[in-house]
Amino acid sequence: MPMTGPFGRIGRRIGGAAGDLAPIIGVIAFFQVAVLQQPFPDLAGVLAGLVCVILGLALFVEGLESGLFPLGDAIAQAFARRGSLVVLLAFAFCLGFGATVAEPALIAVAGKAGDVAAEAGAIADDAAARTAYAFNLRLVVALSVGVAIVLGVLRIIRGWPVHWLIMGGYALVTVMTAVAPPEIVGVAYDSGGVTTGTITVPLVTALGVGLASSIRGRNPLVDGFGLIAFASLMPIIFVLVYGTVA
Amino acid sequence: MIAEFLLAFLEAAAGTVVDVAPIVVVLVVFQAIVLRRRLPNPRRIGAGALAVLLGLTLFLIGLEEALFPIGNTMVRQLTALATGGGSSAATHWADYALVYAFAAAVGFSTTMAEPSLIAVSLKAQEVSGGSIGATGLRVAVALGVALGVALGCFRIVTGTPLPWYVIAAYVVVIAQTFGARRDIVPLAYDSGGVTTSTVTVPVVAALGLGLAASVPGRSPLIDGFGLIAFASVFPIMSVLGYAKAASWWRRRGTTGEEA
Repeated sequence: MPMTGPFGRIGRRIGGAAGDLAPIIGVIAFFQVAVLQQPFPDLAGVLAGLVCVILGLALFVEGLESGLFPLGDAIAQAFARRGSLVVLLAFAFCLGFGATVAEPALIAVAGKAGDVAAEAGAIADDAAARTAYAFNLRLVVALSVGVAIVLGVLRIIRGWPVHWLIMGGYALVTVMTAVAPPEIVGVAYDSGGVTTGTITVPLVTALGVGLASSIRGRNPLVDGFGLIAFASLMPIIFVLVYGTVA
Repeated sequence: MIAEFLLAFLEAAAGTVVDVAPIVVVLVVFQAIVLRRRLPNPRRIGAGALAVLLGLTLFLIGLEEALFPIGNTMVRQLTALATGGGSSAATHWADYALVYAFAAAVGFSTTMAEPSLIAVSLKAQEVSGGSIGATGLRVAVALGVALGVALGCFRIVTGTPLPWYVIAAYVVVIAQTFGARRDIVPLAYDSGGVTTSTVTVPVVAALGLGLAASVPGRSPLIDGFGLIAFASVFPIMSVLGYAKAASWWRRRGTTGEEA
């Protein structure tokens, strides 16, 4: 019997979320019981946490489809209709910069990078120098994501093939790796992964696909995706440059 | 218990709100001042945005209360098991087989639960009219992360330089790109960035730091980094490979029927 109405939909979402979590539960149970051969610590707490995770994921996916995707679509269409390239690029930059500057994963990685730089003797080994280094690094990464989204939006509008730009980026990363001080390299490579947060990704994806759908001659599948790819490659280049210059 | 939960909830909710505040400001400013168009269906979008915030908050609380503590304990116990309780120095890379298996399993399972990957795969399925399946894409990405994290652990154990691996991976990606259908390439590149998010980053970072701390001769500060980079390059390969395999399979299927 097909489930209909809001309650049926929520039920299906919860079922889907439980399915998404099943691999994690299986892995933890297997390694805990079969490999480490230990009983579960605090089973009640773990189960309560799992209920939170499943409900949270179900709500998130529901909100994604009814809120975040339509929002990204609507904004993309509004910009396409208005037709001002400068305004669209300004928006793209602000979105990329704003989404990244407060990203908790980035704050954590930048803090560790400050410690690495101090240890390696690249900056003075005191708290003020480390904090300044970490803060500047965050600004650099946020700036790079802003530039990445601008470049990505420009690509969608002009219809440039994504792989040439990405390959150019790879070449830059390779050259900069040879030039940059070795202790920044690990941080730089990781900084590309941490910039794309859970709210940013759906919004930016919907924006790209929405733009590609509302511009004549663009294919949403070929031209709409790729913004996230730029947002995770550009920070590597910028951080390597920052590590070399600073 | 309930008071504790409420406190944790409020704390996490405040964190989420601070996290998204800059995006909200950008959206509101451009919407109100520049675009000046009414959103279609504002009430539904508002409710949806609220559901996203609430859902993400609950999700994060659950992770921090239940899954992260277990994950961290298990990483410590497994690396201790591999190093023989930390006393006798296990230096051969093969002694860590259990750690690689755990790393691959953790990489796969956390990626399957990653909310941003769910978002991108839903969008891909919608845009491709169903020819790219959301679940198939997620499994392909998760396999890539599993391979990447396991190889990243091997790198930490052996202490080989990170750039070699990443640059070699770039070369493979470029070669695959020229053999791939044009419409899968942007999606494959995107799937590299989306995998490393809310669930995967904390667990994988803890794995790298824990492993680097327990392997003799490695420093968490220098060798602990890099797992996230592996986790974001390998899915590009696995998605391109999956697309290639799927089209090959389909072609074989059709020629098989004709014959």
